[in-house]
Amino acid sequence: MSWIDIGHIDDIPLHGARVVKTPVGCVALFRTGEDEVLAADDRCPHKGGPLSEGIVHGQSVTCPLHNWVFDLNTGEAQGGDEGRIGTYPVRVDGGRLLIDGDAIGKRSAA
Amino acid sequence: MKQKLVIIGAGMASGRVIEHLLDADPDAYDITLFNAEPRGNYNRIMLSPVLSGEKTYEEIVTHSDEWYAQQGVTCRFGEHVVNIDRETKVIEGENGHVPYDKLIIATGSAPFIIPVPGHDLPNVISYRDLDDTNAMIGAAGKGGKAVVVGGGLLGLEAAAGLAERGMDVTVLHLMGHLMERQLDEAAGYLLRKDLETRGITVKTQASTKAILGGDRAEAVLLESGETLGADLVVMAVGIRPETRLATDAHLDVARGIEVNAQMQTSDPDIYAVGECVEFDGHLFGLVAPLYDQAKVLADSLLDEPSAFVVKELATKLKVTGCDLFSAGDFAEGEGREDIVFRDPSRGIYKRLVIEDGRLLGAVMYGDTADGSWFFGLIKDGTEIEEMRETLIFGPAFQGGASADPLSAVAALPPEAEICGCNGVCKGQITSAIEGGATDPGAIRTMTKAAASCGTCTGLVEQLLQVTLGDDFQLPQAQPVCGCTDLSHEDVRRLIKSRELKSQAAVWQELGWSTRNGCHICRPAVNYYLLADWPLEYRDDPQSRFVNERKHANIQKDGTFSVVPRMWGGITSPDELRAIADAADKYGVPTVKVTGGQRIDLLGVKGEDLPGIWADLNGAGLVSGHAYSKGLRTVKTCVGTDHCRFGTQDSTGLGIKLEKHLWGSWTPHKLKLAVSGCPRNCAEATCKDIGVVCVDSGYEIHVGGAAGMEIKGTELLCKVATEGEAMEVISAMTQIYRENAKYLDRIYKWLAKVGLDWVREQIVDDLENRQALAARFELSQSVYRKDPWAEHAQDSTTRAQYAPLANLTLEAAE
Ligand SMILES: Cc1cc2nc3c(=O)[nH]c(=O)nc-3n(C[C@H](O)[C@H](O)[C@H](O)COP(=O)(O)OP(=O)(O)OC[C@H]3O[C@@H](n4cnc5c(N)ncnc54)[C@H](O)[C@@H]3O)c2cc1C
Ligand code: SF4
Ligand code: FES
Repeated sequence: MSWIDIGHIDDIPLHGARVVKTPVGCVALFRTGEDEVLAADDRCPHKGGPLSEGIVHGQSVTCPLHNWVFDLNTGEAQGGDEGRIGTYPVRVDGGRLLIDGDAIGKRSAA
Repeated sequence: MKQKLVIIGAGMASGRVIEHLLDADPDAYDITLFNAEPRGNYNRIMLSPVLSGEKTYEEIVTHSDEWYAQQGVTCRFGEHVVNIDRETKVIEGENGHVPYDKLIIATGSAPFIIPVPGHDLPNVISYRDLDDTNAMIGAAGKGGKAVVVGGGLLGLEAAAGLAERGMDVTVLHLMGHLMERQLDEAAGYLLRKDLETRGITVKTQASTKAILGGDRAEAVLLESGETLGADLVVMAVGIRPETRLATDAHLDVARGIEVNAQMQTSDPDIYAVGECVEFDGHLFGLVAPLYDQAKVLADSLLDEPSAFVVKELATKLKVTGCDLFSAGDFAEGEGREDIVFRDPSRGIYKRLVIEDGRLLGAVMYGDTADGSWFFGLIKDGTEIEEMRETLIFGPAFQGGASADPLSAVAALPPEAEICGCNGVCKGQITSAIEGGATDPGAIRTMTKAAASCGTCTGLVEQLLQVTLGDDFQLPQAQPVCGCTDLSHEDVRRLIKSRELKSQAAVWQELGWSTRNGCHICRPAVNYYLLADWPLEYRDDPQSRFVNERKHANIQKDGTFSVVPRMWGGITSPDELRAIADAADKYGVPTVKVTGGQRIDLLGVKGEDLPGIWADLNGAGLVSGHAYSKGLRTVKTCVGTDHCRFGTQDSTGLGIKLEKHLWGSWTPHKLKLAVSGCPRNCAEATCKDIGVVCVDSGYEIHVGGAAGMEIKGTELLCKVATEGEAMEVISAMTQIYRENAKYLDRIYKWLAKVGLDWVREQIVDDLENRQALAARFELSQSVYRKDPWAEHAQDSTTRAQYAPLANLTLEAAE
């Protein structure tokens, strides 16, 4: 893994999300009520809704367009819906947000 | 010959090392002990009882001067070590050099001070050692106000101690709930409640901007602009390993001094122990692991094989009366399951996190008696599948018969109190049931049980079940969502009657089954709190649908539409020019006139929103709230100004109403219209609230709809003056805000409560009408404001519209 520093945890509002543009497309970083940070694709497999604009609850997010709910750990759609979003390793270290460069298709600068 | 051992730092970790070493082999080393503090080892974790007055310093000393003398330890207290020379193996103290064969660095950590302006004023204190504690005790002797920055373990112990000593204490915490590292939201809420009952004010999500004052701190300024008077400021925001000596000596240092499992640093003759070390990526802030380290280090010094391993930790807060416990890992995660137990009336909350049939973590508040038992299960990785059903009830229930709540209720004597608020006992309820009551509603009317706070509703239902057997059917009020069994109406009623003023309070007191709700209940609860407690509750944007969070309508391709307000449908050439310029500048693909008499700019990119708003603001335009569950438009006709039929100034009244009502949040969207005569060109009779002007005054109509359902309004009343019309409409809006279920339009809500009831409240009862209008105005004092300007001007909020990072750009380098 190659960890890339992309910002501070406080740049993401509590229960909110921010987007990171990556070579594999937009990845959304979600911050839960308990300060966990999880990363997943920003695109809903249903009709492409921007998941970073959804409501974050527990460790799930609800798509703002038609309310599909995704578990941010597995990426699986919940309930009756079927679909999956990609998830990516992130780490919080001393408040800094580190995302795995390999997983998002970016070679580290080394 | 004895080897020379030098120890830097006489703290809790090195104290243990010395004990182990002397126990095992008193003749192995000549020990020289340095300490920057002018005293030897004391039990640092007991400083809080010293602060609160429960203990004295003498009672917490662990090693006295005589003890050191007896053991032959050379003490150099009050002397800083300033340098380590690894070449010559000599350390340099302020008062001279000492050679070593083996060296231990045990410098602990340094409190972290937020470098805001004013942080170096004399009455800004950190909380680390006896001197800090004495300074706080001194300051508290003069009374006054204290502000504690940091709502973690240390900050809260400081706050409780200062409050105990009679200061007026406010705790500022950056995060959403207290002790967020040890507690989840629910437990954090209970803790806050406990602290508040001892008079401590708690402000969460409060970020300190500066400490104000001349020679001394006098006040603390928050990012929000609020200032709090302060005679004493305590900074307890965190600690950092004290690694300066090690760094200067070129030892390997990451966040702490890096050591191996033998507590050896990158120099084999130098060891480190305690809070200053980093082992395998871990830092340490509690004593339990330090004591393990001390044992290992003593073994290493005596060439005994020994290795340090990181273990699970449990936390308790040493504030008398705040009973909390947390251990292990209690974050949610894949394959993890929660068992949650809440007893709102006793303020008890317990949550266990289970993975693969084993207990992984536990958080408890209010009743922590079983904490150590759970902690044991966590540490030992015990299989818990067998006792899963009763696990949460603790060791007492293991192996015993599982408790059936119904038989417990059946066993209650007739005089047992069921409803505490209204003093109703079991006998009264059973006789009501015998008298024909078959549901909780009937019991409520007949006995008043469960009519106040509602906590006993469950008991009443169980009594019905016991008495009626199969004849009993639970009432089928639709629950809000899967997170609760309560209906919207119940949630609203309980928020008011129990004065619940935060989301965490609702989750806990009303027994929510999820950690922080879901996309269905959160917006509803956020709305209820905001409508009921406009001054106390802060709106939570993250509990709003994206449209309201971003103040623009999301479209199907993820772009947004922007609709500026046009008061009463009136605009000007300047405004039109500004809109046209903005459309050009931001490449708006579609410009549309809406059904509500204004202009919609469709297809604006999310990142451009703050920019386009700033431009429109510049021309005097504000948000049209076209996205909101709140006031949208007030449609008007031209009225007496231009029309030959007009009876009143319908445009003028429309503008007045819109300026009065804008920004208000309501259960669903709210649309108004004012027509100048019964020809009704503004289509006022299919709006939520419509006014039809007539020769003798104003007819106020309510409950229309022209959306998924089409419905004409009903006449609420007729008034003579514009002023009365405004007041009735304010009161109507407020009674709807205070009573309707989230997402019910006025017409749906009226179908439930009836127009007659509303008429009684706001037409017949003048006093009530005025009170409602006043409450509306109070709420408007907070919410009548332009969200566009707020977002465009605040750089932090504005930044949130842009991506956090762009990792595609660098690829081109
Ligand atoms: C108010 C308070 C309450 C606490 N409550 C708890 C609790 O309830 N439970 C719990 O587990 N933990 C608690 N802790 C944490 C616990 O006290 C620490 O984890 C522990 O004391 C750390 O031990 P240490 O030996 O690493 O460092 P310390 O005990 O901090 O000792 C380090 C010593 O090194 C000295 N020193 C530093 N640099 C130099 C230098 N260059 N030259 C000479 N001397 C130097 C310092 O003056 C200090 O005396 C609390 C801490 C505080 C402050
Ligand atoms: S409603 Fe009456 S006053 Fe208003 S424009 Fe129509 S005809 Fe004229
Ligand atoms: S696009 Fe996400 S639910 Fe339809």
